[in-house]
Amino acid sequence: MSPVLFELLLRSIWETVLMTGASGLISLVFGLPLGLALVATDRGGIAESLWVNRSLGAIINGFRSVPFIILLVALIPVTRLIVGTSIGTWAAIVPLSIAATPYYARMAEVSLREVDHGLIEAARAMGGNRWTIIREVLVPEALPGIVAGFSVTLVTLVGASAMAGAIGAGGLGDLAIRYGYQRFETSVMVAVVVVLIVLVCGIQWIGDRLVARLDHRG
Amino acid sequence: MIGAWLAEIGGPLLSGPPWRLRGTETDIEMNQHVTAERADPIHIQPTGREDVVRLVGLKRRFGATPALDGVSLTVQKGEIVGIIGRSGAGKSTLIRCLNGLERADSGEVFIEGREIGRLGERELQPLRRRIGMVFQHFNLLSAKTVEENVALPLKIEGRPRAERMARAAELLQLVGLSEKAKAYPASLSGGQKQRVGIARALAARPALLLSDEATSALDPETTRSILALLKDINSRLGLTILLITHEMEVIRSIADRVAVIDAGRIVEEGAVWQVFANPKSEITRSLLGSIRPQLPPEIASRLAPGVGAETILRIDVAGEAARGALLSDLAAAVPGQFRLVQGGVDHVQGQPVGTLFLAVAGAEAAHLAQVTTFLKDRGARVEVLGHVAGPV
Repeated sequence: MSPVLFELLLRSIWETVLMTGASGLISLVFGLPLGLALVATDRGGIAESLWVNRSLGAIINGFRSVPFIILLVALIPVTRLIVGTSIGTWAAIVPLSIAATPYYARMAEVSLREVDHGLIEAARAMGGNRWTIIREVLVPEALPGIVAGFSVTLVTLVGASAMAGAIGAGGLGDLAIRYGYQRFETSVMVAVVVVLIVLVCGIQWIGDRLVARLDHRG
Repeated sequence: MIGAWLAEIGGPLLSGPPWRLRGTETDIEMNQHVTAERADPIHIQPTGREDVVRLVGLKRRFGATPALDGVSLTVQKGEIVGIIGRSGAGKSTLIRCLNGLERADSGEVFIEGREIGRLGERELQPLRRRIGMVFQHFNLLSAKTVEENVALPLKIEGRPRAERMARAAELLQLVGLSEKAKAYPASLSGGQKQRVGIARALAARPALLLSDEATSALDPETTRSILALLKDINSRLGLTILLITHEMEVIRSIADRVAVIDAGRIVEEGAVWQVFANPKSEITRSLLGSIRPQLPPEIASRLAPGVGAETILRIDVAGEAARGALLSDLAAAVPGQFRLVQGGVDHVQGQPVGTLFLAVAGAEAAHLAQVTTFLKDRGARVEVLGHVAGPV
């Protein structure tokens, strides 16, 4: 591989890491409260409100049912509004975040729903309010699942960011298509695949280690 | 709904000092509570009676089935009151009405003279901090260490960390688990988990402890040690305890008074030894069946009316009547042969409670009348169960 291609590879890795990391963080910041809201407003939840629950559920399902490549194009006006441009790495972070947030919200919802109702009752019996229940019971008890869901979301984002090449976002997927496939640079293709494997395994490994450390359920 | 939720999140910042119940503690803490009482205009003065809990005509339905059908009950300060019933009798609903986890459809719940049935969720929160609760499945937080679990009620109260940890250490000492302070609940045995549950329930110095089948998930030996701990806490701290259970053994071990609940109604209530000595309802007799002497089935199946070689009597005797030399006096006063077939004397709350199955030779009506009259004069209850053809 020529030094020029190698430099391109390094830049692409950085672009992929940036897109995955930034949209991952954004999905965590918005997805976790959304997941909490889904659990809290559901029947028997700590802030039961079925119409809020159904509305949130419908919006999340709506976003999740649109294929990412279509979302990428459909969100161009929104992206332009937020970032100022619809082309490039930063522009790709907007549709990636918007796709990953409802995905992660569902992941967090599943973990939060598994928290034993008896623990919530115990916190209520101690005189805790809803905020206490969220802070002391729901989130800490679901934390292993919340972290595991986050690593799965990051891995999914690595894959999704490859599609962002379609709007000139760069990244490893873009590199593999333009150089590895269209210009028959097999070495680039192989290098991209190896880097992706290392990246995904790394994310999963860190995630698993973190979960093992956080999980005290025995 | 969301609005109320947001208001609640802002609660600790917006609300004034929480009103307090009369505490049971006698230490320095007491002074703080007294000050809080005086400073707080909405505190209702106790009525002078020492009722910690008073329930009046409590009713609650789930769909068409009544879970509580007019329950009235009083628990006095320092008492251990046991509520026993089969599963589905309404015990769990009843105990949850006492701290507002469950709302009654009608009737009144007084906790230390204050009616709580119409309080909103936010008004109930400070009240719940004064009522400890122990659960069947412990309900310890897996993500927190033992000491963090014990200190949680104080964290909810907003106490500083140093105070919380000091109190947790004190309570873990009380329940004998000091060395497990830094462990996570998953590494504890069932009995240890329940000790942590009890320590946690005591953290905020409650006026009342509710026990929801606290020993039902434990083996007999662990059950005994947990019950001994509860009894010890009751006598050392003067803590009022209300417990629900389906096991008479639990009632026998620690309760002062028992209320038997069936189909949402209290069918029988009284001092434990008196209910044991003279159960009035069928359900009580059935619940007592497992721990009171019963006629062995092979003899019961041979009982027949009319005549036989021997007559089987059931004699129930308790209190003063059970202290005398009943059987030797009987043999001296009435001729004939008497054999003890089954039975024994148990001691409940320090009172002897005996059930004896006596085989009397022959089946002569006059002779039997003499035997029963003698026993009844001595304060025993006598029932002629029937006759058996041959010796048993």
